[in-house]
Amino acid sequence: MLDSRKCFTDALLECAREDKDIMAVTTDARGSVTLSAFADELPAQFVECGIAEQNAVGISAGLAHSGKKVFCCGPACFYVARALEQVKVDVAYSRLPVKIFGVSGGVAYGALGATHHSLHDIAVLSTFPGMNIVLPSDGHMAKKVARVLADDDRPWYIRVGRGETGEVYDSEPKWVPGKAIMVQDGNDITLVGAGETVFHAMGAARILAEEGISARVLDCSSIKPFDTEAIRVAARDTGLILSVEEHSVHGGLGSLVLDSISESPVPVRILGIPDEDAVHGKSPEIFAHYCLDAAGIARNAKSFLKANGR
Amino acid sequence: MEIVWSAHSGHIGGDLSCLNVLTALYHHYLNISSVDDPFRDRFVLSKGHCVESLYSVFESRGFLSRETLDTLGKYGSPLGGHPLRDVPGVEVNSGALGHGLSVGVGMALAGARDGASYKTVVLMGDGEQAEGSISEAAMAASHFKLGRLIAIIDRNMLQISGRTEDIMHIENLREIWMSMGWEVREMDGDDMASIISILDATDFSDNRPHLIISHSTKGKGVSYMENDAKWHHGIPSEEQYRRARTEIEDRIKRMEG
Repeated sequence: MLDSRKCFTDALLECAREDKDIMAVTTDARGSVTLSAFADELPAQFVECGIAEQNAVGISAGLAHSGKKVFCCGPACFYVARALEQVKVDVAYSRLPVKIFGVSGGVAYGALGATHHSLHDIAVLSTFPGMNIVLPSDGHMAKKVARVLADDDRPWYIRVGRGETGEVYDSEPKWVPGKAIMVQDGNDITLVGAGETVFHAMGAARILAEEGISARVLDCSSIKPFDTEAIRVAARDTGLILSVEEHSVHGGLGSLVLDSISESPVPVRILGIPDEDAVHGKSPEIFAHYCLDAAGIARNAKSFLKANGR
Repeated sequence: MEIVWSAHSGHIGGDLSCLNVLTALYHHYLNISSVDDPFRDRFVLSKGHCVESLYSVFESRGFLSRETLDTLGKYGSPLGGHPLRDVPGVEVNSGALGHGLSVGVGMALAGARDGASYKTVVLMGDGEQAEGSISEAAMAASHFKLGRLIAIIDRNMLQISGRTEDIMHIENLREIWMSMGWEVREMDGDDMASIISILDATDFSDNRPHLIISHSTKGKGVSYMENDAKWHHGIPSEEQYRRARTEIEDRIKRMEG
């Protein structure tokens, strides 16, 4: 189990020690982002904006404009709602190399409710020309993403959760923007995930294997650019796709999967948060409620296979 | 006037109220030997809808050709109705109000952290002052002690729907900004001598950011446009355009004669 936030900020601190142009900007969230060590060790590269996300994004754009490699860090929910226009205009439209590091994304805040959930971020940000999106699937990938993006000159949104989650990889994976990673091959169905759902899809694949069902698992952490080719190949090879996302079922990973195969479709089932206020509870309880945990994904895979006569 | 007439779009009223300030900045005050010099002074047009004035001044500085300027707003033109970074000289895309000061704070903060000597100037509208994000930026500028940041408010007293004081009053601008830790000065934005003397007198030994309230006239220089909110983004008829041209040409003749 690893905390993707901590893995990301640890790697960022390592990079920032070597590269004095790297800056971390935050909004009274150094604790929740796990940036306190960065702030203490590299105060000249740290900017505290107070509780003012719009200003933090604008300041980040100005810093990036003047040569800084900026990571603007805080709760995902506030950056992709309150500060959305600044993200759209000052970062994406202006093509400035600001990386919005959104922590406690999705339903990670659990019982705090819709004010603190970010279940629309993929839907909204993927429509901004120039914006790129990644949901690291575990702590190893989060470290890798931090290192890769420290030297990337495009706008990015990075969404991680909160607290420790299962490990998909045993070391830093070879992560390349725009490429999915096949974490397990299979023939009967493809399970597609991004972020924490990849780990649960792997758990589902193990359950299915015990029943003789061979599931492919694709890690689509690079949401934009998106690996449409990997989805087309999966459709051709397995004929069924089950997409699993910690996001609204509208406009997220499932929609990207459908877009990818719109000209040569196969049946797709989308698991995510339906168009309702998410149930209260701890994050794992919410995952289980909406069948985003291993057991729920496996159940859906079996009923989906059955519905298609397989 | 020619650009707005040719494009049949634009924001002529605000263009004319800040044209003197933009002229003073680009022909006198800002140190921009080339548009990609990393140590150049920075300028952000937060009231991005007044792009026609900015691009006219760019043309006079040689950043833009007259041929390109004449395409503004037309199909396929590189020049749209708000500033774009693709245009040499434009620092950031703007046009959504209330953004420019935050971006300027970031630029000035980068300079302060690097010990660079460039200054950053942000021009805002007075109607724009109702945007709450400006307060966030103003607090931060003073908190970060950004003494090389200058904000200018083009105080023409009008916005699209009427008088600023009727839409959302801001008559206590000076007190508001002083209370946030800014040095506040005022100038006559319709008078070049006043603009130059106020800009030149900016005291950078002070680490407070600097606000200049530029008292100006919306539609300045075209008699029938002055102080009339309908010229916020009004497009002149052919007769009105010819009248404006004659007025301006006569004034140029008088000044040259």
